[in-house]
This record gives sequence, C-alpha cells and structure tokens, in this order.
Amino acid sequence: MSLPRDLSPSGRRLWRFHGGVHPPEEKALSTAAPIAPALIPDRLVLPLQQHIGAPAQPLVAVGERVLKGQLIAQADGAVSANLHAPTSGQISAIGEHPVAHPSGLNAPCILLEPDGEERRAELPEPLADFAQRDPGEVLARIRWAGIVGLGGAAFPSAIKLAPGPDLPIHSLIINAAECEPYISCDDMLMRRDAAKLVQGIHILRHVLGVTGECLIGIEDNKPEAITALQQALAAHAPAHTELVVIPTLYPSGGEKQLIQVLTGQELASKGIPAQIGMVCHNVGTAVAVADAVLRGIPLISRIVTLTGRGLAQAGNQEVLIGTLAADLIAQRGGYRPGVTRLIQGGPMMGQALHSDQVPLTKGANCLLAPAPAELDASAPAGPCIRCSQCADACPVQLLPQQLYWHTRAKDMDKVQDYNLFDCIECGCCAYVCPSHIPLVQYYRFAKNSIWTQAEEKRKAEHARQRHEARQQRLERVERERKEKIRQKNEALRRKDKPGSDQGKPDAAGNPSGNEAETDPKKAAIAAALARAKAKKAALAEQGVQPKNTAELTPAQQRQVEAAEKRRAQAASQQESE
Amino acid sequence: MPFQVLSSPHDHPARPVNRLMLQVLLALIPAIAIITWFFGFGLLINLTLASATALLAEAAVLRLRRRPVRPALFDLSALVSAWLLAIAVPTILPWWMVVLGSLFAIVVVKQLYGGLGYNPFNPAMAGYLLLLISYPMEMTQRLSPSIPREHMPDLLQSLQISFLRVIPPGTTWDALTGATPLDELRTKLAMGLRVDQIHSGSFWGHLTGQPWEWVSLALFISGLWLIYRRVISWHIPLAFLGSLSALAFLFFLLDPQRYPVGFFHLVSGGTMLGAFFIATDPVTASTTPLGRLIYAAAIGVIVFAIRSWGGYPDAVAFAVVLMNMAVPMIDHYTQPRVTGHKRRLGP
Ligand code: SF4
Ligand code: SF4
Repeated sequence: MSLPRDLSPSGRRLWRFHGGVHPPEEKALSTAAPIAPALIPDRLVLPLQQHIGAPAQPLVAVGERVLKGQLIAQADGAVSANLHAPTSGQISAIGEHPVAHPSGLNAPCILLEPDGEERRAELPEPLADFAQRDPGEVLARIRWAGIVGLGGAAFPSAIKLAPGPDLPIHSLIINAAECEPYISCDDMLMRRDAAKLVQGIHILRHVLGVTGECLIGIEDNKPEAITALQQALAAHAPAHTELVVIPTLYPSGGEKQLIQVLTGQELASKGIPAQIGMVCHNVGTAVAVADAVLRGIPLISRIVTLTGRGLAQAGNQEVLIGTLAADLIAQRGGYRPGVTRLIQGGPMMGQALHSDQVPLTKGANCLLAPAPAELDASAPAGPCIRCSQCADACPVQLLPQQLYWHTRAKDMDKVQDYNLFDCIECGCCAYVCPSHIPLVQYYRFAKNSIWTQAEEKRKAEHARQRHEARQQRLERVERERKEKIRQKNEALRRKDKPGSDQGKPDAAGNPSGNEAETDPKKAAIAAALARAKAKKAALAEQGVQPKNTAELTPAQQRQVEAAEKRRAQAASQQESE
Repeated sequence: MPFQVLSSPHDHPARPVNRLMLQVLLALIPAIAIITWFFGFGLLINLTLASATALLAEAAVLRLRRRPVRPALFDLSALVSAWLLAIAVPTILPWWMVVLGSLFAIVVVKQLYGGLGYNPFNPAMAGYLLLLISYPMEMTQRLSPSIPREHMPDLLQSLQISFLRVIPPGTTWDALTGATPLDELRTKLAMGLRVDQIHSGSFWGHLTGQPWEWVSLALFISGLWLIYRRVISWHIPLAFLGSLSALAFLFFLLDPQRYPVGFFHLVSGGTMLGAFFIATDPVTASTTPLGRLIYAAAIGVIVFAIRSWGGYPDAVAFAVVLMNMAVPMIDHYTQPRVTGHKRRLGP
C-alpha cells in the first residue's frame, strides 16, 4: 500500500513504503571536521573486480612505472569497469590478495608502490561543452573513467546510462538519502561539492535525454547538505530539478524505496527503474561523472566515512582507491583499545571484515569500528515467538518469520513461495526481532543454496543433454553403417538377378521399390521421435528449474558464482547453529 | 588483526523477549492488587503455586530435553503463563488443582510441542480448560465479593482453604462463595426472569465500584499501556472487544429482555484479560495484520455465542483455544501483498 505519507517541506506530496526502522543515527560522530585530503600510503592494492560484473583485464606488467590517472586495467565486456592508477609509482605485483569479501577469499589485484611524486598521466580533454556533444560521446567518457555506483552497489554506471531505445527515460532520481546510520560521506560530499553535483546532474540528464523532472531525494537529517544544495540549485537553476526532503526512515536510500517515497510508484518485483522510465544515481556517482566529463579525471579516489567509537579519529576522508583499510586507519591514529569488529559499510547492511588488510574499493563508503559496547550484535538468538515485529518492519512486506521457518526446515520451495528473492537484505527484520534471531543470515544461506542447486541442476542437465546427443550420434552412425551394408547387399543382389521386376532404377537412377518408400517413412518417424524427445527435455528443464532463478537478472546471475564460494562458509555457520 | 565476523545487521537494540514478558507481568500487577483487595489472599497463593510449578516444570523438561535451562527460564514466558492461569481460576481453588493446571500448561501444552514459540495453543487457557472440564464444580466456585470484609479470609485462612479445604469457623461454603455476574445472568434467565428484573438486583453496577468492574478497568488501562509500549498491537484487542460489543448491542436491540447491553459483556468474566493478555499471546495468535483482526473478531463472536446460548457461563478460554486451531489457515489466507507483486490469495 502506498498511502500518501505527508508532504515534503517544499510541499511536494510524498508516499511511504511499508515498515522501516529508525536506528540511532550517530552521523555526528564523523561530521565534525571537513573532508580530509587523501594520503598516499606505501602500497595500493587494486582489485581487478571492484564492481559487479567481469574483472578488468590488466594492461600493465610487473615492474612497469605508471602515472596518476593512467589506465592500468581495461573493462572486459559490457558489464565491467576500467581501472586507473590512483597515483604514480611502480607496479610491484599482479596476483591474489585478500579483498573485502564475506568469505575472506583472495582475488586478483594489481599492487602499486607509489613513488610519492604524483606525476600525472595526460588526461583526456575536458568536455566542457558536453551539452553540444553527442550523448554517446559523453557516455564513452563516463565509461572510460571507470565510474561505478558509489552508493555501495558498485554497478558500472555507463550501463545504467544506456538503457536502450525500448526503455525511454523521462525522470532522473538522485539518491542523496544516505539512510544508513553512521555513514556521512554523501552528506559531507554534498556540503563540499554541491555545485559539482548540480553539474553532474546536467550531464546525466543530457546523456539520458531526460526531458522530465529530476528529483534529488535527501533525508531531513542532513540540514547543512540541504542548504548547500539549495544554494547550488538556485545558482545554476537547472530546469525541472527539485530537491525533495524526505523523512528519515531506514531504508529510504534503497533504490526501490526511494522511488516509492518520491513518486509513489512501486517497482515490479525484479523490475528495474528504467522500466518505469526512471534512472537512479547516487550523489557520489554524479560528482564523479562531473569530474570525468568536465575535468577528464577518472575515478581514482572517493570519500570514505571512518567512524565508530573504536577509532581514534572519526571523520570523512578522500581515499585513494586501493588504500588498505589498515593503512588508512593507522594514518589516522589507529584503533582505540578493545576493538573486535571492523565493518565495511553501515551497521544495517555493512559487511564484517575478517581483517583490515583489505583494500578500499570504489564501492566502499564507510569503515566502522565500534567500541566494545557500542553496537550489540552478538546477543544469543532465542526462539521465534511469532510476534511479527519482523513483518511489521519489512519494507518489502515479506513475512520474515515464515522465511526463517522454512529456511530452517530447508524447504527451499516454500522459501521461494514466500518470495525470498524479493528480500533486499536490509536487516530491518533482524534489527527489531526481540529474540535476536540473525534472520538475514538465514536468507543469505537460503539464497546461496538455491543458487547452488540451480547451478548444479543446470550442470546436470547440460551433462544429460551431452550424453543424449552422443547417444543419438552413435545410433545414427550405426544406422548409417547398417544402411550402407544393406544397400551394398541390395546392389549385389540386383546384379545377381538382373531380370527382377523390383529394383529397376528409375529415371534419376535412384533405386526404387520398397526401400525408397520406407525411407521417408523412417525419416518421418525419426523426426517425430526427435521432436518428442526435445519436448520432453524442455519440459524436464522447466520442471527442474527453480522458480525464481529462471529469471535472474544479469547481476544476480553474476552473483551466483560469488555466492557459490560463500556457500561453504554459510553452510558451516548453519551447521554450528 | 583478525576481527569478529558476524552477519548484518550489526546492531540489535536491546528489546529482548524477557523485557516484553516483564512488561506483561508488570501490567498485570494492578489487577492482581485489586483482586487481592476484593477477593482475599487466595490469588497470591495461586500465583505462588502456579509460578513455582511452572518454573520447576520448565526447568525439569528442558533438562530432560537436554536444552539450555537458564535462557528459557529467564525469558519469563513460563511466568506469564502461570500468572494468567492463576488470575483466571477461582481464588479458593484447591492447591493441587492450581499445580495441575500449571503443570499441564507448561509440560504438555508448551514443552511437548517444542517449547516457547512452537506451541499451537495458549498454555494458560489450555490449562484452564483442563481444570474446567475435569473439575467444573470447583472451577465455578468463586469467593463472593459481597461477603462482609470482616469475614473475608485472611492469609492464614486462605492457606487453610487452599491446602486443607478448611473454611474459617462460623461460616459455610455457601456463605463464602457467590455467583459471578455471568453465572447470575445465566441462572436467572433460565428461571424465566427478564434482563431488567435481573438488572435491578443488588449485583449489577455500572462502574459503581463493583469489584468485577474495577478489575476489568485495571486490565483495560494496563492493556492500553501495553499497546502504547508496543508490547502488543492494537489489532487484537480492538477486533475482539469490537465484535463482542457489536454483537451484544445488536442482540440487545433485537430483544432487550433476553440480552444485556454490550457494556455488560465488556466488564464481565474474562473479557478484558482475554482481549489484552490472552488473545494477544504472539505465539498462538495470527501473525498477519488482517489475520489478527479476523482471529480476534472471531474470538469475540465465539465468546458472545457461548455466553448467550452455550453451556458455560464464560467462554474466553474456549474461544481462544478454538481460534488457536484456526490460526494456520487464517495466516495462510491473509498474507500481505509483497511489494512489487500482484495481490494473490495464499502462497
Ligand atoms: S521478530 Fe523475531 S521473534 Fe518476532 S516473529 Fe519475527 S523472527 Fe519471530
Ligand atoms: S532483510 Fe529482507 S526480510 Fe528482512 S526486512 Fe529486509 S527485506 Fe524484509
């Protein structure tokens, strides 16, 4: 139900999504000081895959000297992103290195030893007159710059900006909600770079050919950013662009939730905004776009919130992509005593890191090190008392306790009946659960096991088809061999009895008679058999395909592989329950 | 340095189950005080017996099931069941019946189904029904609030009644006990009297200080407090009280000689206890918003039907347990529409 909730301060009608929670905000911890400039660490670790999609292909060799902004790895295919050297220095290695991944797995990375000289590569010319240029040319620049969604999802931005001719875009949504508690990088960015953001919006509109409105959705807990943006908007007066202040409610910053709050439109399950003529970009992405187009600067740094009472010095900092979390924190004074947890992202959806020896990638928006008593996550889980508080809090109106129940029973069909794949893993349910059940962990486990199952079934089906094809081939070869022998014998027989009325060659010289009549018949039977077989295979395929996985989005498809890796770990966690 | 790795979210506000249960217990205290004031110390004895039995039984069964005992005892759910049972039964019940009811509630209704969260029936009400069906005489024998205060049994005498079935000298069982308003109504209607004739008897008050009404009022206010504290949701009390009053009012309009006004139903018997404390038990109630409304409205209907035409004077326990059975079906057909999906019936 999307009932009108209330009005924004500017008088615009707002809608609300179901549920949501109000965690304590704690943004003030990191907003006291302005954004600190980037520091150059002793080494940079640049994963080839910092985005959803295929890893980039390295263009450099070990020992090579590179310049700041130089392209060092190239996007591999459409869903991928370029990688540039964040500073000048020498490539010291290309190989596996620990990255921020739930399983603590290693991933291929380029290691760069900065020389501290900040020698710049030659940058492409600024496209100051972007409005006069072909949108495709501007888009190419954005793609070149290796920009991915900076809100955390790290989806290559160029793809979202080219939804194709069958999906005309009329509205641009700028996500400035930043609803996770603690995180303030977007807030601080808007305070500092409001003008750049407005430039970025102009560019995005041009590339998308948006003629309709542009809505900037921002939660009302960021008054300074709101003022800065209002001023920038007043100065640049872009047409149809409106800053919409929305009430603070987690997860307003979810793409679907934000669109619902701003427009009242509900995206179909598995739908993307482009299907309703909208594209949504994060403020950091828009600023990166402005930098790339107007200044020729690729995405080599981003703002990261360093926060939590477990850090000596909380704040926001410009960070070179590839800086190790440990180096960054050390440069800022290190940890306070007693820290046992480090989270990349916010307390609601962030990912706990095994170690701080992992690089900050393009999608990393926050490092959170809570003091021992700060965030409570380890309370033992009790039994579900069916209180439904989880269902009341779920922004997607799922029934989290049913999902939990059926996951525990390992009834994956039922879990999918209850729309597991609509879960955005926002954590609202687990947050309110009085029994402290780690609900989201169960949903991840369920998703992973379904993906793995689907993958196994796909493989099995593939193997079965291969086997059948081989069988058919063998049969055909056998048939042909027999046919040849038979024809040979026939010919011999005909030679023996030349006066026979049968086997009189016709005009075309083909043997006539029984054989000639039965052959088409045989072929027809064989064809019918093959058709039946194909039909059966298709049916079988439909039968074995798990319902939701049949229509996975490309992004989900790609997550399958990552998920498979995680599964072992998730399974062991499940066992130890 | 290696860090602790937990799944998101990384924060849980402290709102554990035992806090919720504790608030339910606190909310019962005003009513307990009023009952003790009007009906003597029997309730305190029942509370003690039921609580001790429940805790011991829970601990013993968990030990047998090789489950951790401490967290289960500290979630306070056993105490809540014990208290509700103790408040529901007569204050002059023999001690062993209280123990039996509590034992049955915890061991059979709760733990044999798997403990907290797994029991399909409300333990307190199932225990109550066991006693009502097995010992109908004792279960309907209530201390009369109208006996003079100097004849009200003191603590020692209450203990004697409970443990030895010995009543204070100079009085009789008949003098001590009396009918509840619902009993009274039932008997007199059966004798052919009209509601207005019964009404003129000494028994009825409309918030004129009648003990039953004070107890109901206390439970009502406590219930509102629980809603305010978000321990329970408003759906169930509203639908239960709403359907009960609506039906009562409708029949009152149709035949005022046979049916008392709706208000009478609200302040009589187990209505308020049922609406705010029993039907709202999360474990055994429906879990969807629409389902809760249906579940509770149906309880109101059953309560009215049994009170008006059934064989028992009060019916909250029957109604709740009956509707407990219907919960899986109600839940199945009242699932909310998942965002981004079309509405459909059932999963
Ligand atoms: S919030 Fe927790 S205890 Fe309550 S129904 Fe949901 S899972 Fe069960
Ligand atoms: S994590 Fe999933 S089930 Fe839980 S509240 Fe968020 S969307 Fe709903």
